[in-house]
Amino acid sequence: MPDIATISHLTVSYEGTPVLKDLSFAIEAGSTLAIVGPNGSGKSTLLRALLGMIPYEGTITWAGPRAIGYVPQKIDADRRLPVNVRNLLAAKAGVLALTASDIDKVIGAVGLDARVLDTPVGQLSGGEFQRGLLAFAILGHPRLLLLDEPTASIDHMGQDHLYEMIHRLQEDAGMTVVLVSHDLNVVQRYATRVLGVSTGEIAVATPRDPLTTEVLEGLYGWPTSRTGVAPPNA
Amino acid sequence: MLSPAYSILLAMVAAAAAGLVGAFALMKRTILAGDVMSHIAIPGLGLAVVWKINPLVGGGLTLLLGIVLIARIEHRTRLSTEAAIGVMFASSVAIGALLIHSNEALIDALFGGFGQLSAGEFAFGMVASLVVIVAIWVMRNTLIIALFSPELAASTGIVVNRADLYFLLIFGLSILSSLRFLGALLAGSLIILPASAARQLTDTLGRFLAVSTILSVLAMAAGLWLSARYALAFGPTVVVVASGLFVLSLLRRR
Repeated sequence: MPDIATISHLTVSYEGTPVLKDLSFAIEAGSTLAIVGPNGSGKSTLLRALLGMIPYEGTITWAGPRAIGYVPQKIDADRRLPVNVRNLLAAKAGVLALTASDIDKVIGAVGLDARVLDTPVGQLSGGEFQRGLLAFAILGHPRLLLLDEPTASIDHMGQDHLYEMIHRLQEDAGMTVVLVSHDLNVVQRYATRVLGVSTGEIAVATPRDPLTTEVLEGLYGWPTSRTGVAPPNA
Repeated sequence: MLSPAYSILLAMVAAAAAGLVGAFALMKRTILAGDVMSHIAIPGLGLAVVWKINPLVGGGLTLLLGIVLIARIEHRTRLSTEAAIGVMFASSVAIGALLIHSNEALIDALFGGFGQLSAGEFAFGMVASLVVIVAIWVMRNTLIIALFSPELAASTGIVVNRADLYFLLIFGLSILSSLRFLGALLAGSLIILPASAARQLTDTLGRFLAVSTILSVLAMAAGLWLSARYALAFGPTVVVVASGLFVLSLLRRR
């Protein structure tokens, strides 16, 4: 499969301190690239660079249009906003010149009912809110879906349900996924490639299978298994 | 000078613009900027007195300069928009008060009034208010996504810094169109009060925008009538009516 984006020598610094240093990798079309690594290793920063939100050195070259859907781990918006998921979908459709039937399609694909659509976002449960964000992300047929710990605020059952939904949507629409997750079970299950970042430098960039306990220990700096990351004092 | 009917028309359109801007400012959590930004016009009003030019031109110039400075202070330093606006506010009031020597001119600058308008003032106010209303309508989708989440906005292809600057300019223009009537101290009130009252009354975005706009026009109309009927100061009467509407909105059970 061709690459949809090539990242060369990407360096991102905050106030002179590099958070990501000289990262080079490619995002293969149709793949699910998992980004793993300890807290503070620059995973979310990498997503923000891909979104074009922060200045960086190096190059990010997109093959074709840069059409991105993004599901963050949390939203800092005022939870009392008089805004519901339907408003957000309509606003995105307005910006991208999409039609009402495009909105209906993503509502159907993610399975949002009228109550979830019309309730102010601050009053939705964690799972409902994340499904709303997923619908927002896939509206407009993005070529790349960036998921930053999308299930951080929902329970286990909800997590499985959301990942299954993402997987199904990816297969149906042929989307490419970049996923940041601490849950190595999820990485094992859905990722086709793994990018391990550790204190800003690439430690691993492999297909998922060689993601051995030793490799993970090297990345996280403490005993780690595929079933989870357990810091020494946890 | 034009007949008072033109002043009434302009006051209503300016109030509608302020109510609409206020609704977005409330959602962006920058609503207090309305009050503070109007004060940035004070040095300009002072300069207008000194140079004997139209107060709107003077006020508009320092307001525009203030907005550009706020954007730059925010971009270049670690200050938030709130702090950047605070810095401008603190300096502006003092500079304005030093420039304006006449007490009468100072009162006019601070509290506005309902005088007859020249054709130029009417045309400027009308264009400014209509530009605000049209710009908010055109930018509404961008603003909704950007105020909800800058990250989601970026993923949608929105340049968030640019959207923020445009909103600040629209905000400034709205202040400017109310400045003639309400003065620098009160021009921000029609941005703050109707939107806050409307927020008490509805959880629905479309209704919130509509109710905020309607309450702002209502406060202006009622203030106009009451001030004429009982010979009260125009600007403060409008703002007291808007405050009354807010108090009434608190009675609604949520």
